[in-house]
Amino acid sequence: MSAVVAPTRHLLQRFLSHRLAVLSVVLLFCIVSIAIFAPWLTKIDPNAIDQLHWNGYPLAPGVAGHLLGTDESGRDLLARLMYGARVSLTVALGAVAMQIVIGTALGAVAGYYGGWVDYVIMRSVDVVLSIPLLPLLLVLTAIVADTSNKAALSFGTIILIIGLLSWPSVTRLVRADFLSLREKEYIEAARAIGCSDARIIIRHLLPNAIAPIIVQATLAVADVIITESTLSFLGFGIQPPTASWGNMLANAEANMPIAPWAAIFPGLCIFVTVLAVSYVGDGLRDAFDPHFNPENRPQSRGARAAFGRKVEPSAEVPT
Amino acid sequence: MITFLLRRVLQAIPLVLLISMVIFGILEKAPGGPLAPYLQNPHLTQADVDRLKHNFGLDQPVPVQYAHWLGHVLQGDFGYSTSNSMPVGAAILDRLPATLELMGCSFALSLVLGVGAGVFAAMRPYTRWDYLITTLAFYGQAMPVFWLGLMLQLAFAVHGLEGFGYIIRLPSAGRCSTDACDVADQALHLILPTIVLAFVNLATWSRFTRASMLDVLALDYMRTAAAKGLSPWTIVIKHGLRNALTPVVTIIALTMPSMIGGAVVTETIFSWPGMGRLFYTALGQFDFALLMAYLTLLAILVVVSNMVADVMYAVLDPRVRLS
Repeated sequence: MSAVVAPTRHLLQRFLSHRLAVLSVVLLFCIVSIAIFAPWLTKIDPNAIDQLHWNGYPLAPGVAGHLLGTDESGRDLLARLMYGARVSLTVALGAVAMQIVIGTALGAVAGYYGGWVDYVIMRSVDVVLSIPLLPLLLVLTAIVADTSNKAALSFGTIILIIGLLSWPSVTRLVRADFLSLREKEYIEAARAIGCSDARIIIRHLLPNAIAPIIVQATLAVADVIITESTLSFLGFGIQPPTASWGNMLANAEANMPIAPWAAIFPGLCIFVTVLAVSYVGDGLRDAFDPHFNPENRPQSRGARAAFGRKVEPSAEVPT
Repeated sequence: MITFLLRRVLQAIPLVLLISMVIFGILEKAPGGPLAPYLQNPHLTQADVDRLKHNFGLDQPVPVQYAHWLGHVLQGDFGYSTSNSMPVGAAILDRLPATLELMGCSFALSLVLGVGAGVFAAMRPYTRWDYLITTLAFYGQAMPVFWLGLMLQLAFAVHGLEGFGYIIRLPSAGRCSTDACDVADQALHLILPTIVLAFVNLATWSRFTRASMLDVLALDYMRTAAAKGLSPWTIVIKHGLRNALTPVVTIIALTMPSMIGGAVVTETIFSWPGMGRLFYTALGQFDFALLMAYLTLLAILVVVSNMVADVMYAVLDPRVRLS
């Protein structure tokens, strides 16, 4: 970057130089739009069985106006995928919002105050991180499912359970940042002019620690999409007949020999969405990293075709 | 070294106890708690329920119940598994070999392939090969494990993959065939689950190895080693990899929880008779004793693998002082 530019503009420029990340933003925009406007984009009810054509076997793609075919119960696959996007994205955004709020608050308090508060918070982080996430999630959802009935596993419950268990990594991240930031002179200055602790944390520390939090939040969206679909696949997530990319695969497994499309498309949706989110996270990380210079992002000619970035020899190549 | 180990073990014990308390508290909240499997019996009267409660000690406060459980566990008694109709210890020992086999194989596979690919990519950074590996690793992290499992089943088990005049077919369920169960058959059954479970780590490990290796290759002593006239392999393996492995070991230990989660999914898809599926079945019937034992063992495994990472760190890097 030769010319001096405003920080946000500078960030944007750096982000735009990561072409795959930009492409992913466009793709995600499309996916989100499809999810939001699903009822207007398709006239087909995702839970309705095509009584007219369905004869007990899944209909192949293209048959009887079903662009991607139907599932084993004669429900339109495309419509279910579009409505399933709503589930996956809502759960992902909800759980990540919760995880970031809880994680940041606890991490900020632990890092800023230190002492016994820090000790208690970090020990609870240790405890939660020591139980593998997936089994723990399964146990909690199983308990909730049993308390009332499986239908109780609504969006809200799933968001709550995932959000309540995934904050520790954010806490670690924010705490580490706060530990070093709180020693800075401008914090001392803020304290000297009589700022309250809350004001120092929110107005002075948090904005300086925001970059890694944003990157973490993006990557967490990818994680939660996979986690939710895994739970739903195993039968302890979003419950049928509500379509979710995960639970669509649960039934597809048994019918794979006669209806491979029902197993291929939902997984493809998960894969593409998660991949796009990860690329955006990657681009954000590069853009925020002061030591990373996109101008120096080296490429071979062969990779250029695949990546569309600038070609430049690297200083790191050992000779 | 010994004092360091002792101190780490002493620190780990309260952590494990705390974790088991939390798990106990969560499981106890389940409707019916440990009685859940019995309550499904419609002929059970309230008097029967009360008697069962009293006999199991469930009418006592939760901390007392926990102390009771802990006392028995310390004597090696994990309770009775209602979903398997046998003691929990026996049920777990029954399934442990299958899980260890699967996890061991996939661990070895992801270690060799992941670290290998990472080193390979780091040795020719920013070339076609490097981008291929980095991109594949990126795709691998975005791939849902269970979908990969389904797609491999579709390719190798449902249709059989055709190529070069051969049709490759692989078994997609269980540990061995009922009619012809020999070593070769068992090995065939292992292939798909091992690949799927290894996939979880492969991507992460190769990315970390590459990054760590790139850092090390840029250091001065690498040039010194080259100047001394050492062969490229000696330089890369003895001087490079050994130093690059230190952060990788930590990552390997930290991916333990995700590998266990992956094992639950993999074993469910491939009907692998291991602990992951034992847990999954127990979940459906709310087998209190088994769930409690399984989660506690997992937590111990995670805590121990973290400890091993610390020790390995010191062994691989003499600059780390264990004090």
